Amino acid sequence: MSLNRYESQVRGPLVEGSKDYHQITEDICRPVEATPSKLWWVGFIISVGLLLFGVVSVTMEVIYGTGQWNLNKTIGWGWDITNFVWWVGIGHAGTLISAILLLFRQGWRTGVNRAAEAMTIFAVMCAGQFPIWHMGRVWNAFFVAPYPNTRGPLWVNFNSPLLWDVFAISTYFTVSLLFWYCGLLPDLATLRDRAKLKWRKLFYGVASFGWTGSTKHWQRHEALSLVLAGLSTPLVLSVHTIVSFDFATSVIPGWHTTIFPPYFVAGAVFSGFAMVQTLLLITRKVLGLEEYITIEHIDVMNKVIVLTGSIVGIAYLTELFIAWYSHVEYEWFAFRENRVNLSSPYGWSYYLMMGCNVLSPQIFWFKKMRRNLLVTFFMSILVNIGMWFERFVIIVTSIYRDYLPSSWSTYYTPTIWEIGFYMGTFGLFFTCYFLFSKFFPVIAIAEIKHILKRSGDNFKEKMDKDENETLEAFQHANAHH
Amino acid sequence: MAIKKFITGNFYDEAVLFPAVKKVRRAGYKVHDVYTPFPIHGLDKELGMKDTDLHIAGFIYGITGTTTAISFITWALTLDWQINFGGKPFFSLPAWIPIMFELTVLFSAVGMVFTFCWLCQLAPFVKKDHFNPRSTDDTFVMAIECTDKTNEEEAIAFLKNAGAQDVQVQSRETGWWFGRYDRDTVRFGKKVAAV
Repeated sequence: MSLNRYESQVRGPLVEGSKDYHQITEDICRPVEATPSKLWWVGFIISVGLLLFGVVSVTMEVIYGTGQWNLNKTIGWGWDITNFVWWVGIGHAGTLISAILLLFRQGWRTGVNRAAEAMTIFAVMCAGQFPIWHMGRVWNAFFVAPYPNTRGPLWVNFNSPLLWDVFAISTYFTVSLLFWYCGLLPDLATLRDRAKLKWRKLFYGVASFGWTGSTKHWQRHEALSLVLAGLSTPLVLSVHTIVSFDFATSVIPGWHTTIFPPYFVAGAVFSGFAMVQTLLLITRKVLGLEEYITIEHIDVMNKVIVLTGSIVGIAYLTELFIAWYSHVEYEWFAFRENRVNLSSPYGWSYYLMMGCNVLSPQIFWFKKMRRNLLVTFFMSILVNIGMWFERFVIIVTSIYRDYLPSSWSTYYTPTIWEIGFYMGTFGLFFTCYFLFSKFFPVIAIAEIKHILKRSGDNFKEKMDKDENETLEAFQHANAHH
Repeated sequence: MAIKKFITGNFYDEAVLFPAVKKVRRAGYKVHDVYTPFPIHGLDKELGMKDTDLHIAGFIYGITGTTTAISFITWALTLDWQINFGGKPFFSLPAWIPIMFELTVLFSAVGMVFTFCWLCQLAPFVKKDHFNPRSTDDTFVMAIECTDKTNEEEAIAFLKNAGAQDVQVQSRETGWWFGRYDRDTVRFGKKVAAV
């Protein structure tokens, strides 16, 4: 049987270095089966340290109340909600890569989807912390659930965007987790069948649910993945849309904006991809997976970054234009005085946001820059800083001067406990990611094998050769006429 | 528990596997299953399997979610405990769409995953035998079920001829729990007549 050509010749191979199926298994299982490196331990211990800092900060907040944070009369939301929106945004790239790109049949997603999905789950876990602890009396957090209660029963307000958030985030987390775990089943079975140690056999045996790779299982698995992708695609758009409703449905100048839903989604994908880049650049280097997460992958993700960065840029400008064009004086004031005016207290953050999110990604129009690892790494950090400031700008610059000048607040800076809490979520995120990279395959083994004959180095070469031979034979045959 | 016999053959290339499946089925052998390390599109059709109805189940779960959301919220806010939120009507449907959507997705996803696990008999602590541990690595394993009429020697020779390597006769106990092979739930859509 000749190899069918599915992919264009101009695309680089997605699996480099003449691999066969067994070699793929070996390469990807190696980091899981080997003892962790010193570098892993260093990273892990730092992460756990940060996590403990977070635990202490949160404990302080629970004991003393949200007064531990520097929030004041006008700025009722500060770092906590900024961080919440930021972390939710980080999560979006994972679902985008695994769901939307699956529907679009993008082969390159296979190299990065597993790590990206894991990132989604950990990021949503981090995001969820903020609204929960921001409640202050966290032991009453179950009030957000609609259950028959002793207060009437007084139901939760189903008309409130904050409750939509509860449903959106919890659904998003559940569906992402299921999607990720269902994808893991075949790979866990691979690890189980390779395991030599007893505890490994037991652990992966339990975790893989008894997966055998039967054709019927694969058929259902494929159907499941496709429908879950179909469900996740509108879900991921809905989640950040709903997060943006927290702001957009309010009457605060600077928040009450109809462009928020698409603009938030684009921003989320933008920051999510930046985080995927940060993680994968480190992962491929540390675990020696450069042949699976190739420059080609980095390149396409940078293209997504420049696209979404530009969408975000257009959204910023549209927002600004409409603030002026709408003749709403409060809206225009919020933009003119609180943001664009560099000498205003938070003017610097607006320009930091613009610089990091709109200007800097434009560098990725150049192929050389897209394929430069150092530039990509630097940019991925810059974009994440920029996107954090985007949320900060939206939240703080909109509310520190409200309709009532007498309540205009003084300059808001976070306390050490607010910073500690944020750092703690980094600790949680990276602790989870380190554990994940130790115990689970960071690349979807089965999916990589699936695209090998289409995009593997050796197979692509063979296909090119075959094709050229056919072409030559064709030309030769036609020359006689 | 009855003991069943299987003849298993390993394939290392899907390009060999496909024609082999066709040949073996044409010859009238009962292919119990083919175990592969990754999904191979079209193999299910080649084996004569019916399409899965999992997505229909997903759709039903989805509608259940929508119905649950709309009926519950309607009851809670218009009948059980009416609250005037900014002068809006008690039945304020547009504001409920986000939650209706989320519950649709939630019910559908969770329901489908459970159905998937149930159909495939996958659960923690279930341990299934799949004839060759390398079938989750780089080997495509075809298992032919021996019936009373099967001539083992002949079947082995046939399978080898079709391109299989390391052909073996293996026996397994029926049932699907702990260490047994998969229950025979593979439904064949169209029967292939024996030659």
